Amino acid sequence: MSFRKHAILAGVIFFGALGDIALSRGMKEVGQLSLANWTHVIAAIFTPWVGVGILLLIAFFASYLTALSFADLTYVLPATSVGYILLALLSRFFLHEHISPYRWAGIALIALGVGFVTQGPAKTDDARGTRHAPAGGPPFRPGLAEGRDERGVRR
Amino acid sequence: MRLGYTWGSILVVVAASVTGDILVSLAMKQVGDLGHVYRERGFWCTVKAVMGNGTLWAGVCFMALAFFALLFALSWADVSLVAPASAALTYVGNALTAKVFLRENVDRRRWIAALLVAAGVVLVAG
Repeated sequence: MSFRKHAILAGVIFFGALGDIALSRGMKEVGQLSLANWTHVIAAIFTPWVGVGILLLIAFFASYLTALSFADLTYVLPATSVGYILLALLSRFFLHEHISPYRWAGIALIALGVGFVTQGPAKTDDARGTRHAPAGGPPFRPGLAEGRDERGVRR
Repeated sequence: MRLGYTWGSILVVVAASVTGDILVSLAMKQVGDLGHVYRERGFWCTVKAVMGNGTLWAGVCFMALAFFALLFALSWADVSLVAPASAALTYVGNALTAKVFLRENVDRRRWIAALLVAAGVVLVAG
């Protein structure tokens, strides 16, 4: 996988985690919502921290769309779940939330899952010819760019 | 009541996220690798190809629903519970649905990853 593709996956991780932190800080300032006062969520969008969170999540979405254009959904999601670790560290030190040892263990398991999935091919869905290749481009050969055959096995 | 609000909103986030992710992923598969499209047709054609895809907008609508449910959940519980729990459950749901609707090869490696993430969620939420 090229540097550009790694940078895009890193963008998904950082923008996603920072966006969630900004949203969380903003919603703590807004206070608890309930079904009785659900319209307050509209007003919450225009508070500074929620606004910053939304901008970061727009950047996250642009990176996410680009990542999905070159890799499977079931690769992109776990590969970018490194963001949970970043999120835990930020919520511990920035929002002063308590993270119990059990939560840390859970985060470690999630990280292990990331390790598993990133050992495999990024793209596997095209073996049945469902993909629409870019006009004028060469015929799509799944996994060849990753040094793997059509079944995702390393050559 | 607080627990009901928290987990009810997390479940809405998960259902809406899975639907949104599947639709958006399908849309981007239809568009093709944005790096290739950009090199061959330029920036504005790339933006047009993405923005002109109806499936993408359907996915965005479900993601918007997930976003508002997330805001609701964040007002009731810590972000270090809500964000990992909803995102990891979404991942497991996506592994199931991506195999059917996107025809992705969800092999043993990806299922092990799904189980590890699911176990992680149990600990994170515990």
